[in-house]
Amino acid sequence: MVEEESVRVVRCGGSELNFRRAVFSADSKYIFCVSGDFVKVHSTATEECVHILQGHRNLVTGIQLNPNNHLQLYSCSFDGTVKLWDYVDGILIKTFVVGLKLHALFTLPSAEDSVFVIINKEKPDVFQLVSVKLPKSSSQEIEAKELSFVLDYINQSPKCIAFGNEGEYVAAVRDFYLSVYFFKKKTTSRFTLSSSRNKKHAKNNFTCVACHPKEDCIATGHKDGKIRLWRNFDDDKKYTYTCLHWHHDMVMDLAFSVTGTSLLSGGRESVLVEWRDATEKNKEFLPRLGATIEHISVSPAGDLFCTSHSDNKIIVIHRNLEASAVIQGLVKDSNIFTGLMVDPRTKALVLNGKPGHLQFYSLQHDKQLYNLDIIQQEYINDYGLIQIELTKAAFGCYGNWLATVEQRQEKETELELQMKLWMYNKKTQGFVLNTKVNMPHEDHITALCFCNAEKFENPTLVTSSKDGHFKVWILTDDSDIYKKAVGWTCDFVGSYHKYQATNCCFSEDGSLLAVSFEEIVTIWDSETWELKCTFCQRAGKIRHLCFGRLTCSKYLLGATENGILCCWNLLSCALEWSAKLNVRVMEPDPNSENIAAISRSSVGSDCKYTPYFDNTSKSLTKIFFLTSLI
Amino acid sequence: MDAFGGPIWSMAVSPCGSQLLVGCEDGSVKLFQITPDKIQFERNFDRQKSRILSLSWHPSGTHIAAGSIDYISVFDVKSGSAVHKMLVDRQYMGVSKRKCIIWGVAFLSDGTVISVDSAGKVQFWDSATGTLVKNHLIANADVQSIAVSDQEDSFVVGTAEGTVFHFQLVSVTSNSSEKQWVRTKPFQHHTHDVRAVAHSPTALISGGTDTHLVIRPLMEKVEVKNYDAALRKITFPHRRLISCSKKRHLLLFQFAHHLELWRLGSTVATGKNGDTLPLSKDADHLLHLKTKGPENIICSCISPCGSWIAYSTTSRFFLYRLNYEHDNISLQRVSKMPAFLRSALQILFSEDSTKLFVASNQGSLHIIRLLEGSFKHLHTLQPQSVESMCLLAVSPDGNWLAASGTSAGVHVYNIKHLKLHCTVPAYNFPVTALAIAPNTNNLVIAHSDQQVFEYSIPDKQYTEWSRTIQKQGFHYLWLQRDTPITHISFHPKRPMHILLHDAYMFCIIDKSLPLPNDKTLLYNPLPPTNESDVIRRRTAHAFKISKIYKPLLFMDLLDERTLVAVERPLDDIIAQLPPPIKKKKFGT
Repeated sequence: MVEEESVRVVRCGGSELNFRRAVFSADSKYIFCVSGDFVKVHSTATEECVHILQGHRNLVTGIQLNPNNHLQLYSCSFDGTVKLWDYVDGILIKTFVVGLKLHALFTLPSAEDSVFVIINKEKPDVFQLVSVKLPKSSSQEIEAKELSFVLDYINQSPKCIAFGNEGEYVAAVRDFYLSVYFFKKKTTSRFTLSSSRNKKHAKNNFTCVACHPKEDCIATGHKDGKIRLWRNFDDDKKYTYTCLHWHHDMVMDLAFSVTGTSLLSGGRESVLVEWRDATEKNKEFLPRLGATIEHISVSPAGDLFCTSHSDNKIIVIHRNLEASAVIQGLVKDSNIFTGLMVDPRTKALVLNGKPGHLQFYSLQHDKQLYNLDIIQQEYINDYGLIQIELTKAAFGCYGNWLATVEQRQEKETELELQMKLWMYNKKTQGFVLNTKVNMPHEDHITALCFCNAEKFENPTLVTSSKDGHFKVWILTDDSDIYKKAVGWTCDFVGSYHKYQATNCCFSEDGSLLAVSFEEIVTIWDSETWELKCTFCQRAGKIRHLCFGRLTCSKYLLGATENGILCCWNLLSCALEWSAKLNVRVMEPDPNSENIAAISRSSVGSDCKYTPYFDNTSKSLTKIFFLTSLI
Repeated sequence: MDAFGGPIWSMAVSPCGSQLLVGCEDGSVKLFQITPDKIQFERNFDRQKSRILSLSWHPSGTHIAAGSIDYISVFDVKSGSAVHKMLVDRQYMGVSKRKCIIWGVAFLSDGTVISVDSAGKVQFWDSATGTLVKNHLIANADVQSIAVSDQEDSFVVGTAEGTVFHFQLVSVTSNSSEKQWVRTKPFQHHTHDVRAVAHSPTALISGGTDTHLVIRPLMEKVEVKNYDAALRKITFPHRRLISCSKKRHLLLFQFAHHLELWRLGSTVATGKNGDTLPLSKDADHLLHLKTKGPENIICSCISPCGSWIAYSTTSRFFLYRLNYEHDNISLQRVSKMPAFLRSALQILFSEDSTKLFVASNQGSLHIIRLLEGSFKHLHTLQPQSVESMCLLAVSPDGNWLAASGTSAGVHVYNIKHLKLHCTVPAYNFPVTALAIAPNTNNLVIAHSDQQVFEYSIPDKQYTEWSRTIQKQGFHYLWLQRDTPITHISFHPKRPMHILLHDAYMFCIIDKSLPLPNDKTLLYNPLPPTNESDVIRRRTAHAFKISKIYKPLLFMDLLDERTLVAVERPLDDIIAQLPPPIKKKKFGT
């Protein structure tokens, strides 16, 4: 029985580092980045995390240095507070309670006692830029309710707001127009580009804006990859602009260097472009940055730049366009085909990372350990291109072996499959490719499992596929005269009435192999590969299979697609019990007899996942509801 | 006159207009004094090593800048000595080119010299210290031309890649007086080299090898956004280049340095509307007449009988007699031209080919009687104003001659009495085509703003139809056409018809039909045959427009049933051009 109190959710990391622009400290020694509810302080030299500023109760949405004291940092969050931190010691100094959901934060040296925040007041997508007066008080928590309105109907993203000429004006872009608000004159100028109705000017939506630090010049990025430099914008008629065009896709972010002599831009090409003197012909590139550039920021000292990438990575770049440090967070690909795994050797979390890679992520230290390139092909980023995808991976033999499956399907009938087996090399402390199997099956591989029993000195791998077969692969001597090389070969092919094999699982001692063929579970002897018995409940296709462990090793659990969880007794070959539970993920605890099942609760519109622990006893255990997604 | 310095590469008139600078092949800059009756050599400046390709005066007239190869010299006009020599970087995108040619310089009143060169750079120099202030690399090929606005707050450059760049002087910040030159908008309207640019107060004008003249209005200088604020692309000269001998079915084509005479083919076949009939007799290229010397042909004409050809260059007038013997033709030049027939702006033969009318560039009109192989000067009509005539029209009965200059009104002369008959009231826009109708002697005048007037010569007043159409106004689409009417003619049997054309359409105005208003369809397609006559009659209006042939250079009636149209496809012109500079679409 598992007690309710014993389950406690601890947030240990993996948050987005690229949600907002990173901020440098005044001396460029530290770089700050938002990370979920925290602000992380990293050293720019060693990439190590120095402090984690904890205190916000919701997503941190903006950080800025205090312009009056460069050893302090402001942060704002969806929880409606602006907090002031001493980042050197990692202490919270003050909390200003605004009480509204804050979407972004801006500070100005000229506005000493106020900051600018983006809020949405009435409608869900109407955002306003307001200035918040921060009252002076000695108490820790201060109410800051004095808001003054600056601009209405702006874009939610802080990339679409920029302050220029020491806070004389603020530029905001949205859709097809640029509006400039002059604080002294209290006037707004608005410049509109012809909208996409005209085919020639298709996709000239504004995407981001930056202001020149010394001159009256506004740089705007556009969806078609153009950068426009606006001048004379204090005159509605005489305004003029120049175009710079290199990016073939949307300009994601723009930043001027501290002196204003160069302009940095980045986008999906993963190339940082430095435009010197704002001329089209005089530009420098830093290519091959790995992923889309989401944000660019410049250190106040002017010696460093940094780019935030879509693969949750921050690259610190030296002034001469040399990358000097990489801060890598957990890569969140849109599809995690492999599911979550734990490397038995390093205890790191393993899942899909960069395209074609497996990432090894240390949960204890909240940092990426390394990336294993599985596909080993150049990744070409283009819309509509069908990529090779890493779909399955499994560890075996205490982390000595790693099996991966990659596939690419251009048409219904043209499936490219490849299975790779990797051996851990103790010398290099990494995985080395041992065997590559082209088209191990005729159709999609549905499951991959190693036999992890101790008595099996010969590693065994089973793959099940939609082509109706399951294959047993064993490690054998390769045809090498020195008998030193080893390789994997297919040992046995099994099938059951041409049904598609949907899952497979070894028992704890490795003596039995369970393979599910649609609605039927078959049990095979792993020594002779003989069919021992079958279970058929006719309760829908089996999606998950799991043997019980330790004292419960006589049980086999199976979860079906239509929400039935069945438990079979292997001794009596009969159904022990069944329950209605729509299981999404089912994993055995390696150290106890518990099995965790996570189901999608049918209550409510938002998907809640319910971890469901079961020790296969007849009584159903308690169900825990968690509000957040795991 | 000879400057005695080899070929002249550049010229510049001083701001006050009294002095002329020429830059020569041998590297000398020579100053000439312009007096009302002649140009007189004044002085040589310090001789430079290589040819002077560009010259510019300081607006005060005290200094000049001269662009040579690899350097720019600044001269003091008083002393004639070089004050500064500013060396231009030969580097071209990191590759050292052989030479850097300064294609253009501009001297601003604050002492800044702007240079454009063959390495694709636009550079700003301080002429007081002789130092480079700013460098803009704008092209991978030559920057060939520069023009500065009168206010000196903007300038335009043209490159060999066909791009025109606009530079503007903008203030660095709104509250400081410091200003800087910023490259703003590029315009890509040309495919080939932009050899010449001009900066008018409201527009940028560019032209080059691709034979287009492009007028790009500056939006911030245009007060109202009407049709005048649109971009204009002019491909053909707004004048007639082709003349026709109706009697012998001959066409005379005027090129820059030669004339071509063709006899039209004919057919005996018949067919339906829209058919292309096979030629029974091919068109004949009868004559290829080359000019002597390097001068361009200004105007040319063939007589209606086909036995006379006259043409004029900037300094000489030529008259030829053509003799036809069966299929052979012989050409005989009429020698001993009188001295006053030096250069003509327009030549016209009378309908019976007995008289030749020549509008000279001095402003006078000469009337010459042509006899078999010889000629006799009859009379010279002295001009009413100083401007010279550039359009002529003679009535078919030979009694009236209409002549028009560039701005003033149209003068009508009585040829029998050799005196001025009347003057059509002056109009703001220049005349683009003139013609006198047979029998009625109505003068039809087309202006560059697309207005058409009809003026009765015997009555000395506008006709009723002309007054009606002026009262009602032309259709807005008619007024928005891009090119002016270049030729007007009449049908001998249908007095109510006026035939006219511009480069993109051919129109018959039927004066008997009601005029279109802005709601009616101006460009009516050919009415479908199944429609009843009633509907056709109801929708019919005075303007019958055909856009089948374009670009249309010439169209006229040969006889009552034959119309000749001359088309000049743009592809043919482009095919003769040198290939443009290749540009990579992608990559850097």
